[in-house]
Amino acid sequence: MQGLELKLKERLQKLLDDGTVDCVIGWTKGEFIYDVTPAIFTKESGLDGFVYNSFCGANLSKYLVSQITSDKKFAVILKPCDTYSMNQLITEHRVNRENIYIIGVGCSGHIDIDKVKAQGVSGITNVIDNDNNIIINSIYGDSKIEKASVLLSKCQSCKGSELKISDEIIGEGIKTPTCDERFDGVKKLEAMTAEERFAFWKSELSKCIRCNACRNICPACTCRTCVFDNARSNVAAKANATEFEEKMFHIIRAFHVAGRCTDCGECSRVCPQSIPLHLLNRKFIKDINEFYGDYQAGEESNQRNPLVNFTESDIEATVISDKEGK
Amino acid sequence: MKKLALSNLNSLYNAINDKMKLYLPIENNGAVNFGEYSDGANVNLNKMTIKSAKDAFFPQCEDLSNFKKEGKHIIVEQGELVSENFVIFGVRACDVRAFHILDTVFLEGYLDTFYEARRKHGIVISLSCNKPEESCFCSNFGIDPAEPKGDVESYITDGYMYFNPVTQKGAEFMAQFDSLFENSDDKAVKELQVKIGDIVGKLPLSNLPLNEFGGDKLDALFNRPEWQGLSESCIGCGTCTYVCPTCQCYDVKDYKTNTGVKRFRCWDSCMRKDFTMMAHGTNRPSHLQRFRQRFMHKLVYHPANHNGEFSCVGCGRCVAKCPVSMNIVKVMKTLGGNK
Amino acid sequence: MQEVKDFKPTIVAFCCNWCSYAGADLAGSSRLSYPADVKIIRVPCSGRVNPMFILKAFERGADGVIICGCHPGDCHYSTGNYYTRRRLALLYSMLDYMGIERGRTRVEWVSAAEGVKFSTVMNKFVEDIRALGECVKLGDIRCKD
Repeated sequence: MQGLELKLKERLQKLLDDGTVDCVIGWTKGEFIYDVTPAIFTKESGLDGFVYNSFCGANLSKYLVSQITSDKKFAVILKPCDTYSMNQLITEHRVNRENIYIIGVGCSGHIDIDKVKAQGVSGITNVIDNDNNIIINSIYGDSKIEKASVLLSKCQSCKGSELKISDEIIGEGIKTPTCDERFDGVKKLEAMTAEERFAFWKSELSKCIRCNACRNICPACTCRTCVFDNARSNVAAKANATEFEEKMFHIIRAFHVAGRCTDCGECSRVCPQSIPLHLLNRKFIKDINEFYGDYQAGEESNQRNPLVNFTESDIEATVISDKEGK
Repeated sequence: MKKLALSNLNSLYNAINDKMKLYLPIENNGAVNFGEYSDGANVNLNKMTIKSAKDAFFPQCEDLSNFKKEGKHIIVEQGELVSENFVIFGVRACDVRAFHILDTVFLEGYLDTFYEARRKHGIVISLSCNKPEESCFCSNFGIDPAEPKGDVESYITDGYMYFNPVTQKGAEFMAQFDSLFENSDDKAVKELQVKIGDIVGKLPLSNLPLNEFGGDKLDALFNRPEWQGLSESCIGCGTCTYVCPTCQCYDVKDYKTNTGVKRFRCWDSCMRKDFTMMAHGTNRPSHLQRFRQRFMHKLVYHPANHNGEFSCVGCGRCVAKCPVSMNIVKVMKTLGGNK
Repeated sequence: MQEVKDFKPTIVAFCCNWCSYAGADLAGSSRLSYPADVKIIRVPCSGRVNPMFILKAFERGADGVIICGCHPGDCHYSTGNYYTRRRLALLYSMLDYMGIERGRTRVEWVSAAEGVKFSTVMNKFVEDIRALGECVKLGDIRCKD
C-alpha cells in the first residue's frame, strides 16, 4: 500500500506540474490512520498530506458532480467499483468527461473501521495492513485480525478488478475473495414471510435519524434539489414523526436510483446507524435482472437504463399483485 | 456511596420502570441508542451511543400544538408538557455537560417550556467512561470522564455498579430504591478514577488549540481561506448535527392531517439548503457558508453569547460517524495552525 | 365477521384521461355499479403516476391503490403505459419486499370501451381490500385522529 501511495503521489505531482490537470481529487490524511478525508488538491496547495491506504474506501466520483460548471481539469482516483459510477455519471451528463483525467487504481479491498471496532477493539492508534491479516495498535494493547472479516461490505461482494473506464492505471488489483453472493441478503429476506419482512424493515428503519448521508454520498443522487429538500413538495424532509416518513424516504430514495444504481455500496457504508440500505437497492437490481434481463448500471457509458426502456412483452405488474406464497 | 452487583442490574431497571419511565442505552441490530426500557431489552452500557442523550430533553421531533376545525371555529390545543418523572440512565460525562449547554440556550432568556418541563422531571444517572475511545476529546473542555456528574454518578468496576448521589433530586431518587443497594466505601471507585485518568492522558486528541477560538475571534476566523478546502470535503449531510449532543437548532413545521394541522418542531441542520429559509430565500446560499456556520457557531458565536463556553463537549461522535471523516477536530487543527 | 362487513375501505384509483377515465364514464352512463369507496383521480397518462403519489395515498389513509391506463400498445402518447408497467412492477415488488400486503396495489388496463371491465375490476378490488382489512402497515398515524 505504501508503494502505491508513493507511485500515485509521484504521478499526480507530474500531472499537476505539466499542466495536464489543475486539481486532484484524492485523500488527505487524518488524525488517525483510518479517518482519511476526500480532498481537492490544487497546483498551489501541492500534494501535502496526500494519502492512499487501506481506508480509502469512499467513492470519489460524486465529488465531480459539483464541479460540472468548472473549467478546471481534474484528476480523480477511482477504484474498479467506482468506475461504474463514473460511467453512469457520464451517461447522465452529470460530469464533464473532457475535464476529467481518471487514474484507475488497482484494488485489493478496503477495511471498514467500524467492523474492526465491532470486534471489540477500541482506542486505535495505528493499523498495519499485511494483506491477509491486519495488526492493530491501540492504547489498550495490540491485536491481530483476519483482514477478510473486516473488509467493507461492498468489498465482500466485489464486482471484480477490471476498471471500466480510465485514462491510466496505477497498481495491480485482485478481485477480493467474496464471502457472500451479491443477492444472498435479498434472497434471505424474500424467503421470509411478509410479517417477518415487515418486522425486519420496521426494526431497521426505526434506527434512521434522517441525516441524509445515504442520499448525499450516493453518486446516483444528483438532483440539484432533492424532492425531500423542497419545502413545496409537501414531504417532510427532516422529521421522523412517524415510521411512515422513514419508509417513504427510503423507498423513494432507492426507487429513484433504480436502474442507475451501480451497487457501489456507499449508502450502507456511510449510514451512522448501520442500516443495510443496500438491501433495498439490490432488491431493485435483482428484480430488474429477473424481469427485464441482466443489467449492470455503469458497465459502460451511454447504456439505456431499463426504467427508461421497455419491450412489448414485459411482465405485467399484476403478476406481483397476484403472486402466491408468503 | 451505594453499590449493586451487576447481576442484579435488571432488578434495578425493573424497579425503576415500575415507578417511572426509564431511558437507557439499548442495542438494536448492532446500533446502541438511548431507548425506553422494557423487560428483556438488550441494554448495553459498554458502548458509546450513536445518537447523544439529548433526545431525552430535546427530542428529534415533538408536537407543539394542534389546530382543529369544529364547525366554523378553529380549536387550538397546546402540545402536552411532560408532567411525570423519568430517568435517563447511563449518560456519559460529555452528554451531562451538553445538557448544561442546552440549558443556556433553552432556559436563559427565552424560556422553552417543553424543554423546561422535561428538564424538571428528568433524573440524570451518569456513568463514568471506563474505556474512552481514541476519538474522545472531552478533556479539552475540562470534562472529566471519571467524574460524570448529573443527579447520580455511577461507576462500573469489579462486578459491581457503584452509585453516588450528587444532587438533592438524585438523593431522593436513590432513597426510593434503597432496599436494593448495599452500602459501600469508595475505594474501588477511587482506583477506577485513577485508571481512567491514566487513559485520558494517553488520548491522542487531548491537545486542541482552543486558544485560537472564542467569542472574540470572529474577525480572525471568518474569512480564512482554509474554509474552502475544508468545506469541499464535506458532503452536506446532517450526520454530525444529529449525533451531536449540543446542536440545538430546530425547524417548526406544519403538517396537514386529514382533519386539521399539527404544528411540530424537529431538529434542523445548518448543513441543509433550507436551513433558516425565509421568504427572501436563504442567507447562506453556498455550501462553504453552511459548513462554516456549524463550526463558527460552536467555537465563536456560542462562546460570544454564553460567557465564553464552547458548544462542543468533545464526545467524538462526529469524529466517529462522519461519512467522509471531516470533523470539528480537523477544523480546529487546520484553523488553529496545529496541523 | 361483523367488523369486516362494517369496514368501509378507502380506495384510490388513478385513471388515465384517455382510456380508463372514459371507461369509468361509460360504466356510469351504462348504469353499471361499482362501490362508492373508490375515489378516482384523473391523470393525463398512467405514466404520470409518480411512486410518491401511491405512497402519499397510503399516507393519507388509503387502504388500496389501483392504477388504470390504456392497454399496452394503445397509449394516447404511444408508450407512456409501457414505462408505467416497468415502474410499477418494481415498486409493487418493493412494497411486497417490505412486508406490505401485495393485494393492496394493482395495475389494470381498461379501455374507453370497457365500462363493464371497469366495474368488474373495481368490484373485485374493493372486495379484495375488504378481505385484507384496514391498512395498518403504511400510513401516517397523524392522519388517523
